[in-house]
Amino acid sequence: MIHSLFLINASGDIFLEKHWKSVVSRSVCDYFFEAQERASEAENVPPVIPTPHHYLLSVYRHKIFFVAVIQSEVPPLFVIEFLHRVVDTFQDYFGVCSEVIIKDNVVVVYEVLEEMLDNGFPLATESNILKELIKPPTILRTVVNTITGSTNVGDQLPTGQLSVVPWRRTGVKYTNNEAYFDVVEEIDAIIDKSGSTITAEIQGVIDACVKLTGMPDLTLSFMNPRLLDDVSFHPCVRFKRWESERILSFIPPDGNFRLLSYHVSAQNLVAIPVYVKHNISFRDSSSLGRFEITVGPKQTMGKTVEGVMVTSQMPKSVLNMTLTPSQGTHAFDPVTKLLSWDVGKINPQKLPSLKGSVSLQAGTSKPDENPTINLQFKIQQLAISGLKVNRLDMYGEKYKPFKGIKYMTKAGKFQVRT
Amino acid sequence: MNSDKKEKKKEAVKKVIASMTVGKDVSALFPDVVNCMQTDNLELKKLVYLYLMNYAKSQPDMAIMAVNTFVKDCEDPNPLIRALAVRTMGCIRVDKITEYLCEPLRKCLKDEDPYVRKTAAVCVAKLHDINAQLVEDQGFLDTLKDLISDSNPMVVANAVAALSEIAESHPSSNLLDLNPQSINKLLTALNECTEWGQIFILDCLANYMPKDDREAQSICERVTPRLSHANSAVVLSAVKVLMKFMEMLSKDLDYYGTLLKKLAPPLVTLLSAEPELQYVALRNINLIVQKRPEILKHEMKVFFVKYNDPIYVKLEKLDIMIRLASQANIAQVLAELKEYATEVDVDFVRKAVRAIGRCAIKVEQSAERCVSTLLDLIQTKVNYVVQEAIVVIKDIFRKYPNKYESVIATLCENLDSLDEPEARAAMIWIVGEYAERIDNADELLESFLEGFHDESTQVQLQLLTAIVKLFLKKPTETQELVQQVLSLATQDSDNPDLRDRGYIYWRLLSTDPVAAKEVVLAEKPLISEETDLIEPTLLDELICYIGTLASVYHKPPSAFVEGSRGVVHKSLPPRSDSQPCCECALTPNPSHSLHPPPPPLLPPPVPLPVVPPVTPPLSPQMGGGSGSFAAAPSTTAPTNMGAPLGSGLGDLFDLTGGVGTLSGSYVAPKTVWLPAMKAKGLEISGTFSRQVGSISMDLVLTNKALQVMSDFAIQFNRNSFGLAPAAPLQVHAPLAPNQSVEISLPLNTVGSVMKMEPLNNLQVAVKNNIDVFYFSTLYPLHILFVEDGKMERQTFLATWKDIPNENETQFQIKDCSLNADAVSSKLQGSNIFTIAKRNVEGQDMLYQSLKLTNGIWVLAELRIQPSNPSFTVHPIPENKWRRVRR
Repeated sequence: MIHSLFLINASGDIFLEKHWKSVVSRSVCDYFFEAQERASEAENVPPVIPTPHHYLLSVYRHKIFFVAVIQSEVPPLFVIEFLHRVVDTFQDYFGVCSEVIIKDNVVVVYEVLEEMLDNGFPLATESNILKELIKPPTILRTVVNTITGSTNVGDQLPTGQLSVVPWRRTGVKYTNNEAYFDVVEEIDAIIDKSGSTITAEIQGVIDACVKLTGMPDLTLSFMNPRLLDDVSFHPCVRFKRWESERILSFIPPDGNFRLLSYHVSAQNLVAIPVYVKHNISFRDSSSLGRFEITVGPKQTMGKTVEGVMVTSQMPKSVLNMTLTPSQGTHAFDPVTKLLSWDVGKINPQKLPSLKGSVSLQAGTSKPDENPTINLQFKIQQLAISGLKVNRLDMYGEKYKPFKGIKYMTKAGKFQVRT
Repeated sequence: MNSDKKEKKKEAVKKVIASMTVGKDVSALFPDVVNCMQTDNLELKKLVYLYLMNYAKSQPDMAIMAVNTFVKDCEDPNPLIRALAVRTMGCIRVDKITEYLCEPLRKCLKDEDPYVRKTAAVCVAKLHDINAQLVEDQGFLDTLKDLISDSNPMVVANAVAALSEIAESHPSSNLLDLNPQSINKLLTALNECTEWGQIFILDCLANYMPKDDREAQSICERVTPRLSHANSAVVLSAVKVLMKFMEMLSKDLDYYGTLLKKLAPPLVTLLSAEPELQYVALRNINLIVQKRPEILKHEMKVFFVKYNDPIYVKLEKLDIMIRLASQANIAQVLAELKEYATEVDVDFVRKAVRAIGRCAIKVEQSAERCVSTLLDLIQTKVNYVVQEAIVVIKDIFRKYPNKYESVIATLCENLDSLDEPEARAAMIWIVGEYAERIDNADELLESFLEGFHDESTQVQLQLLTAIVKLFLKKPTETQELVQQVLSLATQDSDNPDLRDRGYIYWRLLSTDPVAAKEVVLAEKPLISEETDLIEPTLLDELICYIGTLASVYHKPPSAFVEGSRGVVHKSLPPRSDSQPCCECALTPNPSHSLHPPPPPLLPPPVPLPVVPPVTPPLSPQMGGGSGSFAAAPSTTAPTNMGAPLGSGLGDLFDLTGGVGTLSGSYVAPKTVWLPAMKAKGLEISGTFSRQVGSISMDLVLTNKALQVMSDFAIQFNRNSFGLAPAAPLQVHAPLAPNQSVEISLPLNTVGSVMKMEPLNNLQVAVKNNIDVFYFSTLYPLHILFVEDGKMERQTFLATWKDIPNENETQFQIKDCSLNADAVSSKLQGSNIFTIAKRNVEGQDMLYQSLKLTNGIWVLAELRIQPSNPSFTVHPIPENKWRRVRR
């Protein structure tokens, strides 16, 4: 099972270590540092590194490496999933997950880690249970604690831990009973030079924020459940009911949680809401190149495309770029060769464009590779897959809750080749 | 810290903990911190516990002070405190403390509160890690097994997890002995426990062998919903169970098809997770597409590379793309690969170019398009792209001879830019192979010759061959060149390979040019379609390890798992459609198990009766106690030694054969141990023999492949008697196709010892330049009978009387028509000595003794009835070794 955890920052300092079994010397991280040096970028450090006596499994998030040490044959996905869970928990507790905040809250971090694993076995990883065991720091609570001498640690057995619904505590009470659901879809796509789609798929999630009194039993049905053929559920969802009736039936956890995630695969036709027209050319003889891109809406079902952001990694031989945008702001970093253009909203009447010239390093031949354009955007009130919630019903409690459903489509890894 | 105020105390302890977490040594404060432990403040208690866990090891005497508080806390009315106390105690790795832990732990394992029980279950694993003996003596393992049928799913999951961890350090123990009832319990708990518990339970289920396809199907049905779990580790563990049990389902079954369809979406979904998860998933998918390509054959697009994927993900995706490439999707794949070949990352670009070549070789229809794509890439003149392209074009020429030679001119243009040995060697090969079509082939090759000594061996060898080819094709103009290269290779080189090859060519050319032509310009065997496929038996084993580190490394755990614990090999269950009976589930189908079936050890010339389990000698470590007689140390399971010993003896009585070599021991005829089809063309057959005190393994290596084999090496896995090669495997010359070589490999018995099943099983790894191959064989026990196995008459008598009945066994050897003397001398040849001879009521009685290399004695009584030529043998194992020691 998981032996130890080391947190390492980008400059290679170990700033926290936690051991769940015997202490493993931090020199074991030397193997990690070697791999880190070999990798060109932090993202490229391999997630599984063997050492003579241990294995190092790591994830890289928020510019921090979370390195777990294991000694025996343990499923690596189990370890990696757990590490991501640790990061999520920190984020949940402290709002952000950064080196500074972890150092500031080192005791809480330590207590939380101690509760999450026992001898390397996961103990409590659901954040609402953890929060019952160890209360997250808030300014108010810190003040109250210093005055009254009470503590962050709950003295109750986490009630949910052993009930039939371990994800929900008993005795929840709210004055306003509300249940909100966000359907968020991300499009991952690769578009080729000529604008045709090479591959496109949708990663969707339904995130919920449920604040309901007592033990509510909810059902959620869809207009077109057929779309959901590849789904991963929160443990609260009754799988049998879904299998037979295509209805989500569940007793929700209290607070924020991810009800389900789904995947609409490349085999289905995925609508592409934007297009990019580009004309990027480097000439062999001269040290100047031309650059021109235009972004426009495509299949948006009449909704506005906003938050558009274009980034592109230019070839190494590009010295500088002189560009004028029709709207928004742009920047080119001559060191990293990264071009970014914050476009904002797309007005279909007046399409945003970015034009200008590229100056290349003198004497070098024209770059072999063409830059890929990376696109970010958001469309409110639209689930691009067409998924629609039909109705939400509550059983088991008498009050009338307030219900709300929001849709949003975003770009995931959306790439246009040029 | 010694302040009266709770708040101040807490702040102080907090500061101490904070320093501890960043790695500062605060162990000097131990007594003060421990003093704070007796408090009713839960947070303070927890903080002190945290501290204790970290430093108890360095301050064991001080830690004892804390014991009383722990014991008291284990009785606290609050279950949270009881659980916390038992949990913390287990983390204090101090021997003295563990003794005090037993009583509270026993109580907690039976606690009324499931939260305490599940914590205690994990504590057993902790304790086992510190002191395994203690856990066994205290009977905690049985209590833990009982918890598998606990009413609370969380307790079940933790008990399974704890048992799995303990079992890992005891591979032979049957801690997780599963039966249909316990399986049912696990499947019920699976639905209700946490995601982590589900992983443990699924991994445990994967080790179960269903008794028939119906049971396999019903387990699959109950596991399938896990594929929709949000936790990717749960998904992958479920995939493992399904992949494994699917093996038992008939392909005609509707359910089989349904299951195949259900497997694809979750695997695809894993690829949208974080890159680290993707990586592990991809390594596993790589195995799955090799085993069952039909699952993902329509999902090619999800493996297309995104430019901001981390490099480790890109390379894995590329690998899978090639595996999935088929005529249907090749156009798409090629377009993608061409795109990748212009990316920035050098490693990735190289692999992409190679991938294009592999596509050409795999999908014949695409070869032409691949070649033209490669030519386009060569035109880019990017150095490393050109070099990779030339290396793969060479392979394409090999696969499709006389088809694409028109491109040679383009290749030759890039001759000067090649600076990597592999690319240079490839180019030289092409020039030599097509020398008759390249007008200036001699000039080209001559240009390489100038810096001959600075080239790497690979290039030198290739150059030598290429020039000889050229000479054979155009003898008139190139005589000088060939002289030059031959003298460079034979006279000025220190490399034996190069020299040898040079001399061979020289001899050939000077004695028989016609033969030389036949040899050098012989038709080349076609290269295999996919060179990097995992060998099927290894693949089957790896499928059983889906989701584990083994699946990430594509090696069986025995190849890399730390520590000397024997690793139990896993194998897929046999297909049920071949023989739909229950028995077949127990006897793995050879094609699905790791080891080829043990070849019939020795063809028994004397038909033996079905032997009752002959009990081999007691192990030295074991007292004279129970009814188990395994000969290897540290085992508890009784071993069925009947077959090997029985047949071994039978062969010693090889009387019909009448070989009559009384001086040496019996040598069985050679049998095939490793068939050529399992080892990429290498066939190994062999036998074992013992000649005047030395054991040897007589091998015949036959090359049935179409390429030369070299660099042979051999290794044994640890085995019951510590057999190990006493010298390296010496194969002096490379083994040419259809050639075989006989080798006698001396063995000794000083290797490391591990009990095998059956006892005389020997697992062997043979390496050559192509790959590493594994096989297992059974060795006849008599090669281990030592020459000084003649026991003193008196000792024999005394020992014979002391042998407990349960150590005795007997069986008959029929159809053996020898008289007592002949038997006696025949046996002596195999170091089985006659101590005494009697005649009772017309029957000859022979009393025999023999000694094994590890010092264990076996005593036997032979009864020979002259009228009815049959023998009764009482091999009477006796632990003499123990006695002598005393």
